[in-house]
Formats: sequence, C-alpha cells, structure tokens
Amino acid sequence: MSLMDTRKADVEHHLGKYPDKLSAIMPLLYIAQEEYGYITNEAVEEIANLLDVDTTHVRGIMGFYVMYHDEPKGKYLVYICTDLPCALKGAEAFSQRMCDHLGVEAGGTTEDGLFTLEEMMCLGACHRTQVMQVNFQFHENMDDEKAIKLFEELRREHEVSKPFSGE
Amino acid sequence: MTYLVLRNRDIPDIKEIDSYIANGGYEGLKKAVQMQPEDVITTVRDSGLRGRGGAGFPTGVKWNFIPKDAEEVYIAVNADESEPGTFKDREIMEENPHQLLEGSLIAAWATKAETIYIYIRGEYWDIADLLDEKIEEARAKGFIGQSILGTGWNCEVYTHRGAGAYICGEETALLNSLEGKRGQPRIKPPFPAVNGLYNKPTVINNVETLACVPYILDQGVEAFRQFGTEKSPGTKVFCMSGHVNNPGNIELPMGEEATFRKLIEMAGGMVDGIAPKGILPAGASAAILPATDEILDLPLDYESLQPYGTGLGSASVIILNETVDMVWAAQKMTTFFAHESCGQCTPCREGTYWLERVYERFDHQMADDQDIILLDNVAGQMTGKCICALGEFAVNPVRATIKHFPDDYKQAAARQAEQDAAPEPVAGD
Repeated sequence: MSLMDTRKADVEHHLGKYPDKLSAIMPLLYIAQEEYGYITNEAVEEIANLLDVDTTHVRGIMGFYVMYHDEPKGKYLVYICTDLPCALKGAEAFSQRMCDHLGVEAGGTTEDGLFTLEEMMCLGACHRTQVMQVNFQFHENMDDEKAIKLFEELRREHEVSKPFSGE
Repeated sequence: MTYLVLRNRDIPDIKEIDSYIANGGYEGLKKAVQMQPEDVITTVRDSGLRGRGGAGFPTGVKWNFIPKDAEEVYIAVNADESEPGTFKDREIMEENPHQLLEGSLIAAWATKAETIYIYIRGEYWDIADLLDEKIEEARAKGFIGQSILGTGWNCEVYTHRGAGAYICGEETALLNSLEGKRGQPRIKPPFPAVNGLYNKPTVINNVETLACVPYILDQGVEAFRQFGTEKSPGTKVFCMSGHVNNPGNIELPMGEEATFRKLIEMAGGMVDGIAPKGILPAGASAAILPATDEILDLPLDYESLQPYGTGLGSASVIILNETVDMVWAAQKMTTFFAHESCGQCTPCREGTYWLERVYERFDHQMADDQDIILLDNVAGQMTGKCICALGEFAVNPVRATIKHFPDDYKQAAARQAEQDAAPEPVAGD
C-alpha cells in the first residue's frame, strides 16, 4: 500500500500548501513515518516520484534532520532531554537510570521492540525538568517514579491493543 | 506582574478565539487594515520594537526593506525555538496562539503578503496541531482567508514542522528548509527582504516579536514605549532555568527594572540557597558571565551586555550555581554545537568536532595546561570564518569559560598531573 492509497487526503493537503511541491518533502516524510513506523525504501521512492526529485535528495533530507529515521524504532520512541539546563538538574543521571530500568544503552531499543530511548538536545521545556517525550508527546516534571509508571502504563496499553493492532 | 506579551496569561481560556476577542483580541488587526500598509510599518518602526529572537534588529525597518512594488511577498514566522534554555515562544503559542496569529496577519497586511508560514520545531508536535486548529477558528471569524475583514485582501496561514535541526532557527536556513532543502544557511546578501522564500521578498520574524505587534497597533506607540528604554523599548520575556527554585517565563520591561538579581528573586531564589557562579544570558550561544554583584545589578537591555562581550539574545537565562564545574558546562555546550553544526562551513564543522574531542580529554582526566591553549587556538580558527553565526556561537562557551573561570580549567588540568604522579595511571581510551 502506498501513501497515496492510505493517506491521499493528507498528502494532497501538504502538496497544496506550497507553490513549489518540493516544500512538501518534510510533511510527507512525517506521514511515511507515521504510516510505517519508519521511512521505508518504498516510501522514499514514492516521495521522490511525487516530488519529481531523485531518491538521493530524499535521503539527504532524512539524514540532515534527526527526527526522521530509516530503520524501525521501538513502538514508543522515548526522548530524554540531557542538554545543559536539564543536566544542571540531574538529567544525565536520570537518563542513565531510565536506560538501566529499560535495560538499554542510550539510543538502544528494548528486546521486545517496545521502547527506544534517545538522549536529545534541548526540547524547550527547561522549566519543567526532568523532560521526556514519548512519540513526540511531552511528559514534564518527571522523576524516576513517574517515568517508570509511565513505562508500565505504555506496556499495558500495548498488551491491550495487541490483538487489534493489525500489525 | 506581566505587562504586554504575557498580559493575558491569567485568563485560562484565552486560547479560545471568543475569549481572545472578548479581551480585546484582533482589535490591532482591525485597526491595521483601516490604515495604509506603509502607515502600519511606520507605527511599528516608531514603536522601536526590536527582534526578540536574538538579533534585536528593528522590526519596522525590516518590514520597510520589502520592495514596495513586490508582487508576491511571504511572511515566515520563526517558531523554531531551539536555543538551550528557551521556552517563551512555546508559552505564547500554547497559551495565547491568536496573539501570534494576529501579529503575523498585521505583518502580512503591512507588507502586502498573502501567505504566512509558521515554521515550528518538530518537537512542538502538539503545538503545531493546536495552531492548525486556531487557524481554522480565525478563518471562521473572517480573520484568515478571502477578503479579510471585507478589505479584499486574501491571506493564508500554514504551519510547517521542522525535524530537529537547531540551525533552522537561522533565518536563511529556515527558508531553505521550508523550500524542501537541507536547512543550511545562505550567503547574505541577497537579504531575504529582497530575495527570500522561493526567491521572493520575505519577512522573517520571531514569535515573541510578532506577539508584541497587536498591542502596538491597538494601544499605540506611546503605550508600548512606556515600557523599556529609548533604544530597547517594550518588555522582554526572560526564560529562567537552571539552579533557581521556580524556573519559568518572566516578563519585565527592559532596562532598570530588569536585572539578573531581580529575575533570580522572581524565579524563587537559588536552589538550596547556593550562590550563583555563572549566568548564561542567552542560552548556549551568548558568552557566560560571572555572577558578580556588578553583573547581577546590571539593567538588562540590548545594549547593556555588549561591553561585557555578550548579549541579551533571546533572553534565555540559565543560572549555574557554585557547584558547577565550568569545564563540564562548556563541554555540554560544545557537544550541542558540534551536534547542531550543519556541516556546510569547514571551520565550524571541523572546529566544533575538535573542540569536542579536546573536552573529552578533560572529561577523561587526560588534559593538561596545553589543552587549554589548544581550545583557544581551535576557537581562534573558527571566529569570523563561517557563513552564519553558529560558528561564532560555538566559540563563546569555550572562550568565555576560560576567561571567567580559569581556576576550573587549571583544576581540571591538574587532575591529569596528579594521575601522572600516581604509580599506576588508568589507561585512557
């Protein structure tokens, strides 16, 4: 199934926003990532065709911006901010404890494929440390207890959704 | 107390358009469209409003650069807020999105633009969705779309998500990113006002800057100028983070009323009562200052920090207390810039890489006095040699920490000397 099969309205909405369709490359990459969990080779081909550019250009964009990925990540992509303002409040140690809890190194994915934990540059929530994002949703004023509870909730949510997920 | 940009922050539903309108919202736009576009520009120029994103360039002057005979003009709203320690634009967009939309529309009317792109950092995912919702609310009330307020002027507003690149906050990198290219800065001139998005004249303004504009149009130049100084009129939103008890956004008039001491006090004082050691006035990119009495009592505006080799920038104030090893802090900031260098200019790409390597030597207790000289040497090879300011910013944490906190470096270098003296040195990397 191509993006034009499954997300035609969204694709056309973004193509229509700009006088030059190349501008739609970033929103189209996000659509592909939402659809497939990562940007597949087929999606790269399709986006290149839609925009009349070489696949090299599409991959160049994916490589430049850190929020695009060309390989599967965990179902829940966890960002932890460890930049200076958060680090002053202990974010590096917090991130390490969360890595230990999930049994991964920073950047790694749990064996069950559920969580990928990545340390991020400033997320713009320096007044609400510790700061996490899960699939781009903010979780702020976190501590170990709250974070572990969140991981448990997500695990349960996954268990419940599994039979219906169609994956 | 809040003054201008955040004056409605205590109204809980101000993000809803009816509440915004009930509290005087869109009056600025209504007044603007009664005026000739050039008179709107004159009003904003007379207000003395300066860019709140960091550079402090006069907004009205910027708008006036747009050629009067231009057929197609774009407004690009810089909502890429990525400077470490900055979270003011986020509050404006999250809590009072119509204030930004109104300011952007006034900018569009003043420059006869018919398309506005709000370039918002990808990590503000939900805020982009919220803005899309608010754009539709404003459209339903006739503030966006065809023949706005019966003027015959059409204007569309679109959001565009970034994808995690700090450099896209640089205005020409932002334009390249919007055009579907890698977000790498362009060589100036030509300036965006003449040759910007899709080679058309383009105004690029920061969120906080545009959020000041409705007030200026509605309340007038004098009302705006009652706050701040002659050269830095109005207020500034200071993002307080680091070792303060209640970090957050604090709005104060620029000048006498705004000092670091007062900001720290308003942010609940220092954590555990530990004294401040250093102050970053504008995130990672402006040089750090020692927290001396002189610095703590300095009136804050665009001019006052210049003699100290630093600037107000986006006013993302990070407070570092006495427990902080400034070599570690400099390393954090260096890692940030090495990660965020776009790779276009060799001095920045390679310079940040090597600075990071040298700081790793400090981190691994392998550095000596020569490494302090080496840091300064590498920094010297970056200064003034890059297309955009990132190469300059990346040098600031290094040179300013060496200048103001030499003892921290000496102690770090001495740790290596101690190790050398030890019978069995720990192996390095």
